[in-house]
Amino acid sequence: MIVEDRKSLRIKKILAHAFLLLFIAIIMFPFLMIVSISFREGNFSIGSLIPENPTLEHWFLALGLEYVRPDGRVIAPPYPVLLWMVNSIKIALFAAAGALAIATISAYALSRIRFRGRVAFLDSLFIIQMFPTTLALVALYAIFDTMGDISTTIGIDSHLSLVIVYLSGVTLHIWTIKGYFDSIDPAMDKAAAIDGATPWQTFRYIFLPLAVPIMAVVFVLVFIGVINDYPIASILLRSEENLTLATGSRLYLNEFEYLWGDFAAAAILSGVPITIVFLIAQRYLVLGLSEGSVKG
Amino acid sequence: MADHSPDAGDVQSVGNGLFWLGKAVVGLITLGLLYIAWLVYVTGQPLFGMCLLITALGFFMAYGFRRYYYARFIFPGAAAVLLFIAFPVIYTIYLGFTNYSSFNLLTFERAQNVLLSSRIVDEDTKRPFAVVRDADSYRIYFPDDSGGFLSDPVVLDGSEANLSADPVSDEPANQLDRREAVQLRTGLQAVSVTLPDGAILRSAGLREFANVTDEYTLLDNDQLRNNLTGAILTADHSQGFYVSDTGETVPPGWRVNIGFANFERIFTSAGIRAPMVEIFIWTIVFAVSSVVATFGLGLLLATILQWEHMRFRALYRILLILPYAVPGFISILVFRGLFNQNFGEINLILDALFGIRPAWFTDATLARTMILIVNVWLGYPYMMLLAMGFLQSVPQEQKKAAILEGAGPFRVFFTITLPQILPPFLPLLLSSFAFNFNNIVLILLLTGGGPDIPRTIIPAGETDILGSFTYRMSFQDSGQQFGLAGAITLIIFLIVTCIAYANFVAMRKAVNKGGNI
Repeated sequence: MIVEDRKSLRIKKILAHAFLLLFIAIIMFPFLMIVSISFREGNFSIGSLIPENPTLEHWFLALGLEYVRPDGRVIAPPYPVLLWMVNSIKIALFAAAGALAIATISAYALSRIRFRGRVAFLDSLFIIQMFPTTLALVALYAIFDTMGDISTTIGIDSHLSLVIVYLSGVTLHIWTIKGYFDSIDPAMDKAAAIDGATPWQTFRYIFLPLAVPIMAVVFVLVFIGVINDYPIASILLRSEENLTLATGSRLYLNEFEYLWGDFAAAAILSGVPITIVFLIAQRYLVLGLSEGSVKG
Repeated sequence: MADHSPDAGDVQSVGNGLFWLGKAVVGLITLGLLYIAWLVYVTGQPLFGMCLLITALGFFMAYGFRRYYYARFIFPGAAAVLLFIAFPVIYTIYLGFTNYSSFNLLTFERAQNVLLSSRIVDEDTKRPFAVVRDADSYRIYFPDDSGGFLSDPVVLDGSEANLSADPVSDEPANQLDRREAVQLRTGLQAVSVTLPDGAILRSAGLREFANVTDEYTLLDNDQLRNNLTGAILTADHSQGFYVSDTGETVPPGWRVNIGFANFERIFTSAGIRAPMVEIFIWTIVFAVSSVVATFGLGLLLATILQWEHMRFRALYRILLILPYAVPGFISILVFRGLFNQNFGEINLILDALFGIRPAWFTDATLARTMILIVNVWLGYPYMMLLAMGFLQSVPQEQKKAAILEGAGPFRVFFTITLPQILPPFLPLLLSSFAFNFNNIVLILLLTGGGPDIPRTIIPAGETDILGSFTYRMSFQDSGQQFGLAGAITLIIFLIVTCIAYANFVAMRKAVNKGGNI
């Protein structure tokens, strides 16, 4: 600042760094622990934080491979982690693509076409977006339970049902993309209209190419949101081979079979890719969060 | 779909063809949607069927007529929101006025069918049987000491048939083995065989035929007679059960509207009201303290990170947002393991340092403390990221002026910085409150609601929030009490509506002020 004393500045800096380092040490504790646990023998803590006899057993099992212990016992993987991962990624990709298509088209209309009830529609989207899925769980279960009588592909324990429900979570993303479209110069679509483009053509050839960056962000957001969802997946999925990561991982830590070590390896294996995707996307994410919700 | 411009006149014929193709596709999809709506209506979800019907009509209007051209862009989003957010929320609340539960799961017709298809097997008449192949058809053979009885040939394709059987002296050849006979069970269930003595036998399991009678006869739509005891059951549409003269209910029941009975239970039954009040208070405490703690911590860290004399700011930033980047379900489960009473690493350290092993999952206060610790860990990076954005919008000149006037850093923060970032922050804080109010993932994965509150009718936990309470009531251990869950959902709905409205007002204010981000 302006008249800062050099010495006191130095002390302040040291204090600030010390505080941050201590804080980060505490925050990082679970991560370091889980890495250590994944290499430790057995599924129970044995009194030391650092593995004394490191083993790859939990990692073999997490990757779906059998592990042969030194005494010759063969351990089979307890749960199909990789299958769950494939399920999660498959559902998330379809849901993200679908939600993105719906959100982009709606956002274009809400940003550029002055139709009656536009403001009311926007306001209701904003309010609906506040209501958590928790409120709808019972009805979603009842609906898909009966739909299952018509066809099992849209009933309980079907991935398609899950994707359909996730498609409805587009409200916030419509706002985000609309905010982006609002910042595009209106002269662009005027010029297109003068050349005889229909609104659809304006959308397809002018707005869509311009929106690629924000669409990438929304895609990643929906993708991560779907991977992280627990409540909806937990009521709609039943059989072990259909579970997603979020619903399956829970099975590791039940009271009857406590697979702490196996869980640690599986958690790192499935958590690291999602974390990396998130870290890459997070800059844009915060931008979208603050702009989408405040710009009217 | 049908996106042709009016000035495609030079390719008139092609345009026309496309036009009619588009119309045909719209018509087909509309018919498909109407068919699905009808199927849903018939299978016992008339309300959802109605929603699909509205969707089908909306689809037809939007894509079938040029007049509603603009609706084509909005339709997909509106339909998704209507079908899978708006309708389910309203429907869940509607269920709060019904007795929908594992006891009253079916529609009236289905419950009646279940009763009508229930059969009584007369154990004394049981006879083992074998299926005999006879050219393209089969005969049913009942072995006996003196040879047995052999029925007329029958195709066993599932159609009803009354056969008569004649005595034979020798066991017939070409008997199917057990596995083949089992495969014919649908056909076998449809036939009845009359023995020479007049006894009528029907399939009674995979190995035997016996004298089987229907347990109930339908007298009129609302009355059934028990064929064994002669008792009359009457359908009671106010409670959704068939009731005998003595007042006993006969399962299965069906779904009926029971008005405010669920709400009465919540507010008058001590075994529900007491835990409800406790859970409600904890929900508010949990949500408020989570927001305050994450906001305070996030703002503090953001302020330090914004300080221009700090080095390695980018590195700190990445490390500090890691808890936000790791998928929540993984972090929560990691904490579940780390906090474990006997095998958890946290107690291992506490034991080594202080000789204590706190019971994180069985003591109410400790469990709640643990939940708050984990939630702050999960939630502060989001607040920090937002705060960093808002802090940048505070003009440096004002701070410098205040420092020149002799204000200390705290004074500057509380009189210049905080008042400027609070208004734009308010909608996000309210959103965060609403999120935590329904943060059932944290509760379900970390403690599952436990430890249990003693002396309750339905399972309720000390760490349950309203959302997890209704979730457990509907989908876990206590028998799918959808009706009661729906009633509680209405309460949550009203609270969330208030928050949503407040948020809406706060956001409009921020926008009108020209919110400077």
